[in-house]
Amino acid sequence: MSQPNPSPDPQTHAVVGMRAMELIVAGLLLAFGLTVAYASYQLGADWAEDGPKAGYFPFYIGLIIAVSSVVTLAQAWLNRTPKSGEAFVERGQLKLVMAVLLPAAAYVLVIQWFGIYAASAIYMAVFMVWLGKYAWWKAALLGIAVSVAVFLMFEVWFKVPLHKGTLYNPLALFGF
Amino acid sequence: MEEINALFQGFAVAMTPLNLMLMFVGVTLGVVIGVLPGLGGANGIAILLPLTFTMPPTSAIIMLSCIYWGALFGGAITSVLFNIPGEPWSVATTFDGYPMAQQGRAGEALTAAFTSSFIGAFVAVVMITFLAPLVAKFALKFGPPEFFSVYFLTFCSFIGMGKGSPWKTLTAMMLGFALAAVGMDTVTGQLRLTFGFSELMRGFDFLVAVIGLFGIGEILLSMEEGLSFSGSSARINFKVVLETWKKLPKYWVTSLRSCLVGCWMGITPGGATPASFMSYGIAKRFSPDGAKFGTGQMEGVVAPETAAHAAGTSALLPMLSLGIPGSPTAAVLLGGLLIWGLQPGPLLFVEKKEFVWGLIASMYLGNLAGLIIVLTCVPLFAAILRIPFSIVAPLIIVICAIGAYTVHNAMLDIWFMLFFGVVGYVFKKLDYPMAPMVLALVLGDRAEDSFRQAMLISQGNLSVFFSNALVGSIMTLGLVMLFWPLVAALKAKLRAAR
Amino acid sequence: MRIAFARSTAARKPFIMALTALAVTSLIPGGATVAKAAAWEPTKPVEFVIPAGTGGGADQMARLIQGIVVKPNLMKQSLIPVNKSGGAGAEGFLAVKDAKGDPHKIIITLSNLFTTPLATGVPFSWKDMTPVSMMALDQFVLWVNAESPHKTAKDFITAAKAVSGEPQKRFKMGGTGSKQEDQIITVSLEKATGTKFTYLPFKGGGDVAVQLVGKHVDSTVNNPIEAVAQWRAGTLRPLCVFDDTRMPYKNKVTATMSWSDIPTCTESGVPTDYVMLRGIFMPSGVTADQVNFYVELLKKVRETPEWKKFMEDGAFNTTTMSGKEYAAWVEKNESLHRGLMKEAGFLAKP
Repeated sequence: MSQPNPSPDPQTHAVVGMRAMELIVAGLLLAFGLTVAYASYQLGADWAEDGPKAGYFPFYIGLIIAVSSVVTLAQAWLNRTPKSGEAFVERGQLKLVMAVLLPAAAYVLVIQWFGIYAASAIYMAVFMVWLGKYAWWKAALLGIAVSVAVFLMFEVWFKVPLHKGTLYNPLALFGF
Repeated sequence: MEEINALFQGFAVAMTPLNLMLMFVGVTLGVVIGVLPGLGGANGIAILLPLTFTMPPTSAIIMLSCIYWGALFGGAITSVLFNIPGEPWSVATTFDGYPMAQQGRAGEALTAAFTSSFIGAFVAVVMITFLAPLVAKFALKFGPPEFFSVYFLTFCSFIGMGKGSPWKTLTAMMLGFALAAVGMDTVTGQLRLTFGFSELMRGFDFLVAVIGLFGIGEILLSMEEGLSFSGSSARINFKVVLETWKKLPKYWVTSLRSCLVGCWMGITPGGATPASFMSYGIAKRFSPDGAKFGTGQMEGVVAPETAAHAAGTSALLPMLSLGIPGSPTAAVLLGGLLIWGLQPGPLLFVEKKEFVWGLIASMYLGNLAGLIIVLTCVPLFAAILRIPFSIVAPLIIVICAIGAYTVHNAMLDIWFMLFFGVVGYVFKKLDYPMAPMVLALVLGDRAEDSFRQAMLISQGNLSVFFSNALVGSIMTLGLVMLFWPLVAALKAKLRAAR
Repeated sequence: MRIAFARSTAARKPFIMALTALAVTSLIPGGATVAKAAAWEPTKPVEFVIPAGTGGGADQMARLIQGIVVKPNLMKQSLIPVNKSGGAGAEGFLAVKDAKGDPHKIIITLSNLFTTPLATGVPFSWKDMTPVSMMALDQFVLWVNAESPHKTAKDFITAAKAVSGEPQKRFKMGGTGSKQEDQIITVSLEKATGTKFTYLPFKGGGDVAVQLVGKHVDSTVNNPIEAVAQWRAGTLRPLCVFDDTRMPYKNKVTATMSWSDIPTCTESGVPTDYVMLRGIFMPSGVTADQVNFYVELLKKVRETPEWKKFMEDGAFNTTTMSGKEYAAWVEKNESLHRGLMKEAGFLAKP
């Protein structure tokens, strides 16, 4: 986001400004609203003799989203939104946020491949070592303990099967 | 006082040592289930139902209803501590409960929530005891137009609450409606907005969205501030319970009003979720501190919790007396009744007296047992905030992931949760209000279904919403609520002119 | 952003690989000895997919089976019900279709096995699964409010016919879901008698019965179990059962009537019949041994007193089948549904 920012007081260490972010989000919502409206229109968006068709409400919902996003877009463009000159997120903050978000995304990916139990143990441990600076054996112990507790509670007592990996299911070793 | 006699016989049935033990086990299990998002309510009861197959029916239903109580109480805990509503009806509790926790008043918020829950449920049980047949008849008056009017009233009492840009409020609310429309349309059986993806057929579950928007979003926000949760300085001793109790009587009007809203919504059966939103909305509008709602007002915790529990409890009434489940949880309990060889319905009160009154007695006792258990644990719950962030944060994410998965046993829901987390973070920073979005997501499809059913009945004639006194007055009330800000402004103007 | 992401997964991968490699090598000796014993038995908990929501008819039956299997220990492993109700059950059927060759998954079906793929175009059919056995057939009864002036099906149809021409006044028929069994029956009823109803879809059978008690609709085609409580309380009245023979249960349900006292619609001059499958399927590609295990298990379930009581309470038609006979029945019923739905105009647009 390094385009010339016309805001009065550009933040030197801002990754992205409030105004830019407003524009991006409103733009995305506009696209979303139009998609919803278009899909609903194809489904039949008129009022039949016995009431609205399946696409009637979603069509107008989509239109309203689009219209109100255009207004927000215009307000942001004209710098009418509050705090438009401020930073949406600063570099230091973004780093911290990403420090949680990226591992979380990786965690979900590992869940998909290897199941919830293995992923949770690894995730707990890595998070603790990386961000909490715990000794690795403490982290590993707690990670495994959490996984085992979850396993006992869901799989054994409540009989709720949780996600097993699609690539490989480590629990197959124990007959689950 | 035939009821009193029957009730005391019920107490005799419920008070056996085995049943008392089951009560405590049930409440504890229920709290555990309620704390885990995605597992509570209907899912939780369905999961634990098999445990009770081998018990005598009376013990079984006592245990199940205690699980239900526990889950009701448990839902508030994560809402207050981590902004993650464990149950749909705890969403409104986060609005003021979480800010209170951030200010180091987690203990106070929890005590207020639990006590209000107790009061709401207690009032509802008293009503069940004495007014069951009368009230049950009222439930029958609700057809599609009446249901729509109730949802309409809920929206109207909640609208106009945000301070931010009205356009953003509108966008957020419509976004909720759009997400609610994904999946199968009840009225025509057509698939909507699935774009050919079979994974989208089940639609967006409200809990998945809420776990992401509130729970994950909040963790991302608190990351900005560094590695900590605010409010970790919470005092953790039992005194906080007594101190909070001293403050609570002040809110008796709110409590009473919320009880009424809750009982009414439970019976109709609109359910606990709309009840909690409606009650919060009304309290905000009529409280002298209304403007401060959302910043950690105790009244903002009292209102939704009281109503949610009054509704949750009175939802059992139509189930027992008419065989209509007033909530998904009640629907599962109903299945349980059948499995034990009991037939819910109007004759249950006549044919299985000892069972019904044993259950009602266990509601009194279970509610009390629940209150005692959760209140003694308040310091313990509040102490969770003292665990270092780098342990609690991954733990919350793990629990959220499990919760998102268990709602529909779907892997994709975990991805959605993560996505909603990012959306929640961005929206919060850009001042898009999330409450209207969540409300629309919960009630959107139900409101649409009942609207279109009503249209089928009237063959497209809108006057059906004013076709009888009941639906007409609810609609009018809704319109008054909608234009209340205008009315208030007008009144102020008139007063100034005079 | 992308770089950081890649790094974090790359760092983890070798670790997981090492773990799994270790795990696999330690498993091999154990795995080989388990091979073919005399008869197949589940080696882990069996997932019982319910293509409907919690609290409905299929859900109740599935959870009853779960309870029966647990109680006298008919199976060493447990049976775990999982609701997959998205898209009128399509979600559940697709899950079983994808689980090719998995003997630890079974599914309970209702008419949505036929109606959902036809109405929505979601690609699955019973041929993607292995039929195990039919547990029962569910009946449909024409109900009216007890205060309704119509005492017989004939009266009712005559009255309905009289107002068929005016959309505003047409009788309102309440039912579960859209383009599913209830609406199919309604349409067949219309075709057979030349009447017109306004069909009102609701989410669940319980709702429908209550709407009828509250007189928000004029009639319903609820399953017996969905309306029996209201019948016994004297708020609903059964007019006829949509089958060619009367129900066999002779025990009095109300003071004066038993299930077998309800006339069939055919004998009341309304020639419509329809029954709904309550059956069990497995994924395709399983061995005969594995199917046989479940056939035997379900046979034992049907012999328990709990099951028999449930059948009587819900006035089920207790026809059961398995093997080829069952497959033939399913095939016949699929084409029946295709015909009915084509006539009604419910088929999904290609």
